[in-house]
Amino acid sequence: MSLSFDTVEVGDTLPPLALPPLTRTTLALFAGASGDHNPIHVDIDFARAAGMPDVFAHGMLSMAWLGRLLTNWAPQRNLREFNVRFSAMTQVGERIVCTGHVAGKLERDGERLIRVDVQTANEAGEVKLSGDALIALP
Amino acid sequence: MIDRSLVGRTFAPYSADVEAGRLRLFAKAVGETRPEYVDEDAARAAGHPALPAPPTFAVCASLDVPDPFAWLRDLGVDLASVLHAAQGFRYFAPIYAGDRLTFAAWIENAFHKKGGALMFIVRDTDVTNRQGVRVAQLRSTIVVRRG
Repeated sequence: MSLSFDTVEVGDTLPPLALPPLTRTTLALFAGASGDHNPIHVDIDFARAAGMPDVFAHGMLSMAWLGRLLTNWAPQRNLREFNVRFSAMTQVGERIVCTGHVAGKLERDGERLIRVDVQTANEAGEVKLSGDALIALP
Repeated sequence: MIDRSLVGRTFAPYSADVEAGRLRLFAKAVGETRPEYVDEDAARAAGHPALPAPPTFAVCASLDVPDPFAWLRDLGVDLASVLHAAQGFRYFAPIYAGDRLTFAAWIENAFHKKGGALMFIVRDTDVTNRQGVRVAQLRSTIVVRRG
């Protein structure tokens, strides 16, 4: 079923995206894939010297997961804006769930847009990233 | 020194290629398995001219320079004191494998919070493709902890 502006309602939820427990392998792959080679995400010796208990995930890895959440729901070509705030670190071993819901419907420059609020959180419900996206719908 | 005088400072534009292999590695790293993001034939069948770059990939391409954080060091910032506070994207046109992107960045805002203990730098980047089409605008908010 394809989405349309008229049938989408505020409060509608997106199908959640549940990730497997975060591994160091994923952090290594993402360091290479993302071009963010900051050792704090992959080198535990460096992280400890910087006062951290362990390496932790790149914020942009979590944002990429939220990108999957959004494009699972609506085609990427409909995405107009995507914004997040990074509020807590995502740690190795955590099971992150990405969720979203329709928070508003608006019209801008003659285009009908849905505002979707999104977040990532761990199993305890601690929010790691929160943000929103604007998606054009016919 | 980070203060209001930074606002409006511009950085020399630079370019980076969007490579299909890199897009596949990115897909693997983020757990993206849908065929249109990893297989050229599937991408074409879905109406794309080549593999599409996922929504956040432009930031990755923007890091494809020998020293992507040199601009912070040039401001006298210790990278160990820096956190990524927020990230935004505005999308104008798709980005595909084979594109060559040009990044033109400037400081959009700079301000203090908590009596100067936290300094925020908002850096915007216009992203254009080989045809000169603006495909996206990036907004990175960096927080520097002082002390």
